[in-house]
Amino acid sequence: MFGFLIRRLMQGAAVLTAVAFLSFLLFQYVGDPVSQMLGQEATAEQRAALRADLGLDRPFPVQFARFAVNAVQGNFGLSLRQGRPVAALFAERLPATLELAGVAAVIALSLGVPLGVLAALRRDAWSTRLLMGLSLLGVSLPTFLIGVLLIFAFSVLLPWLPSFGRGDTVSLGPWTTGLLTADGWRHLLLPAVTLALFQVALILRLVRAEMLEVLRADFIRFARARGLPDRTVYLGHALRNTLVPVVTVVGLQLGSLIAFSIVTESVFQWPGLGQLFIQAVTFADIPVMAGYLCLVALVFVVINAGVDLLYALIDPRLRSAGGHA
Amino acid sequence: MTAPLLSVRGLRVVFPTRRGDLVALDDVSFEMAPGEILGMVGESGAGKSVTGAAIAGLLDPPGHVAGGEIRFDGQRIDQLTQRAWQPLRGRHIATIFQDPLTALNPLYTVGRQLTETLRTHFPMSAAAARRRAAELLSETGIPGAASRLDDHPHQFSGGMRQRVVIALALAGEPRLIVADEPTTALDVSVQAQITALLRRLSRERGLAVMLITHDMGVVADTCDRVAVMYAGRIAEIGPVDAIVGRPGHPYTAGLMGAIPGLASPRERLVQIDGAMPRLTAIPSGCAFHPRCPRVFEPCASRRPDLMPAGATRAACWLHEGGLA
Amino acid sequence: MIAARWRAAWDGDVAWALRRSPGFLLSLALLVLLVAAALLADVIAPHRPFDLATLDLLDARLPPAWTAEGSAKYLLGTDGQGRDVLSALMFGLRISLAVGLVATAISLVIGVTLGLVAGYAGGWVDALLMRVCDVMLSFPPILVALLIDGVGRALLPQAHDSLALAVLIAAIALTGWVPYARTVRGSTMVERHKDYVSAARLIGVPGGRIMRRHVLPNVMGPVLVLATLQVGTAILIEATLSYLGVGVPATSPSLGTLIRIGNELLLSGDWWISVFPGLVLVLATLSINGMGDALRDALNPRLR
Repeated sequence: MFGFLIRRLMQGAAVLTAVAFLSFLLFQYVGDPVSQMLGQEATAEQRAALRADLGLDRPFPVQFARFAVNAVQGNFGLSLRQGRPVAALFAERLPATLELAGVAAVIALSLGVPLGVLAALRRDAWSTRLLMGLSLLGVSLPTFLIGVLLIFAFSVLLPWLPSFGRGDTVSLGPWTTGLLTADGWRHLLLPAVTLALFQVALILRLVRAEMLEVLRADFIRFARARGLPDRTVYLGHALRNTLVPVVTVVGLQLGSLIAFSIVTESVFQWPGLGQLFIQAVTFADIPVMAGYLCLVALVFVVINAGVDLLYALIDPRLRSAGGHA
Repeated sequence: MTAPLLSVRGLRVVFPTRRGDLVALDDVSFEMAPGEILGMVGESGAGKSVTGAAIAGLLDPPGHVAGGEIRFDGQRIDQLTQRAWQPLRGRHIATIFQDPLTALNPLYTVGRQLTETLRTHFPMSAAAARRRAAELLSETGIPGAASRLDDHPHQFSGGMRQRVVIALALAGEPRLIVADEPTTALDVSVQAQITALLRRLSRERGLAVMLITHDMGVVADTCDRVAVMYAGRIAEIGPVDAIVGRPGHPYTAGLMGAIPGLASPRERLVQIDGAMPRLTAIPSGCAFHPRCPRVFEPCASRRPDLMPAGATRAACWLHEGGLA
Repeated sequence: MIAARWRAAWDGDVAWALRRSPGFLLSLALLVLLVAAALLADVIAPHRPFDLATLDLLDARLPPAWTAEGSAKYLLGTDGQGRDVLSALMFGLRISLAVGLVATAISLVIGVTLGLVAGYAGGWVDALLMRVCDVMLSFPPILVALLIDGVGRALLPQAHDSLALAVLIAAIALTGWVPYARTVRGSTMVERHKDYVSAARLIGVPGGRIMRRHVLPNVMGPVLVLATLQVGTAILIEATLSYLGVGVPATSPSLGTLIRIGNELLLSGDWWISVFPGLVLVLATLSINGMGDALRDALNPRLR
């Protein structure tokens, strides 16, 4: 198991390096690194100094190393559009995105898993068919459209909920949270539901498919043959075995919620990282793009490792030394 | 003569498919006495497993019993709903499957799987269940049983796992165990241990065992009586010595002759030409007649019922009117 | 030979299952309807919404024909510039479908080729490809598409419209090739170790031909299912990008663009400009996903 973890860590490091490399290419060759570090209003002397400092005539690996070192410290230079350090911008906007993604994840899980289990157990009920039809709709609807429709329904037709921004937030040190005010929650509701809907449909279908697979397994047959009541067989044996592989996929899905929030943030003008990224793309703001890339990769690698760890803890076959699955 | 524990009469099992109904079992009849070990042998697809599944109420839908009856202890069990099966399964009729690795839930400890089965059938405390679970494990020959309760299935070797499976089947104190190829997935050396275990348990507990297998060697060692199946029908049934030594049906004779024996290493093995027909294309009359070395006039047109043939009963016109 | 194969396929299990699936038939019917509308837009659309000469600003912001202020001339109403929503829909649908199809086709070719090569060659080639796949999967498609689009914009700031469209299609295509590569690689590896491949190699049949003639037919089933589902995804990605303003150029608006245009007026209550394109978009992806689902269930031997 230890070897397993080490391998995963190395894979994660490889992914990060690859992404960092891509970012580096972006930074150096698509944009102008000097302007990106110093901003547009730098003087000629500053530029020359930085040029020498950055060693732009140095060999390629050296430049990459320098970029990597900076990246690890979170230094991606200055945003071309706003002239402020990228890292500062990220720090400002991270809480908004994390809260949105977090609430959406909770919604997605608490709806998706139970519904998926139900759909698997009651295979031919009309309610299941309805549910599967709705889930098909869920993965066919683009997120932005859901957002637009929700805004129309709940902000225009029935003016219950606001359609943009975060509302009143409370500052706790470097973190600003909208979870402590009623107004904050009112602003959070529509975007979180929008973000969660696609995930609910996905998780539902995944859990159902996995559970149907498990229900065909020999040990389920044997459990029934032993006379175990249906409840024990389904909610005990079947569910437990379903959740183990589902956990990994769901974990990864929810991890990428942070990147998925790009579109939702745009529709609701949510002041998070996603909206920042869109603006960066529209204005060809390379430092922000490069930085965002590395951030997303980091989040992914961390979540990946976390999920693998969780999997190893749940599945006893991976736990014992010398046990084979 | 004690009443039979299990009585199967004219059993007919059908699997509807898009291309029409597939008759998996066609007019199968036999009985089992309490405590006897009956072997069901035949090639793949002959209907052995389907018979076992029908008896245990584990037929996969849309397969269903389309005719005949099955009686356990005098009570009809072939048309029971799943709910009505609840009190029977595991408690009176238990089942063992072929692959012990997939038969056990890999995520639960062996002890947990045992105790949950025990507490389903009998009211007992968790501690009492644990004690009984350890007893069951040692009864099936697992050393250091108490300490192994907290192990997971993958921590047991193949033979040990099958013993766990047997222990689980015994937990409900059943009177009949349907064992579907219990040794097929095991090493040869371990096979003998498992069959010996089954026989011992049968003798000690008066447990009836339906041993489904395609391995004649296992049958010869373990069973009291044997039923030979072919194309969804019983070809021959009788005491094991008679079936092995003086088979009445040409198919059975072919099967016995195909077993290599240590005694005469130079003999050519008997080979039965052709293959068992697909269930969608069963020949008329006697299903075996196209391959039979002793086929004659009535075989192709009239289907034979089981008739006395020496010490056994065989479905073969050769024995009509007691002729050999 | 090909005809015989098609005949076998038609009589075969897959077609049988599909013919009996109401989901498939419904989806197919819907899709045919939509494709027909898109293809025949030039002929059957009542107006020319993008020909500036035909627009009349006095007709702007008219609600659909069945409402009180609507006019029978504009069945689904008009937008802020007087453009007929129904006609704009049809042309927009055409763009959306075209981009989705082309991008998926490119994805398929890239993915299948890479998968074949990796599966057949094995070794470090395969390991490298798998790592690349893993990395790509860590980024949601939107992000990748946005990135490539953004890079394209940075590199070619004054790009010609058709170049921008090409960049968009490339961006979408590059988000979707991974599933093909993985599936094909898996199947290729399985086939590669089979005896008939070893035999062919022994007598000197070149690798490429083995891959094409033997491996490829075996993997086409799952690939087909994937492709059907990917078209839906590609259409959605394009719609999202266009909605965000970084998609198709403004001169050939897709359904996503139309939704964006209508979004500004949504808050004032003019719902038809966004809702109808949205509806059509949903119907298109629904029908495609429905077909993909039915196809997958039909091809899955265990569900039969």
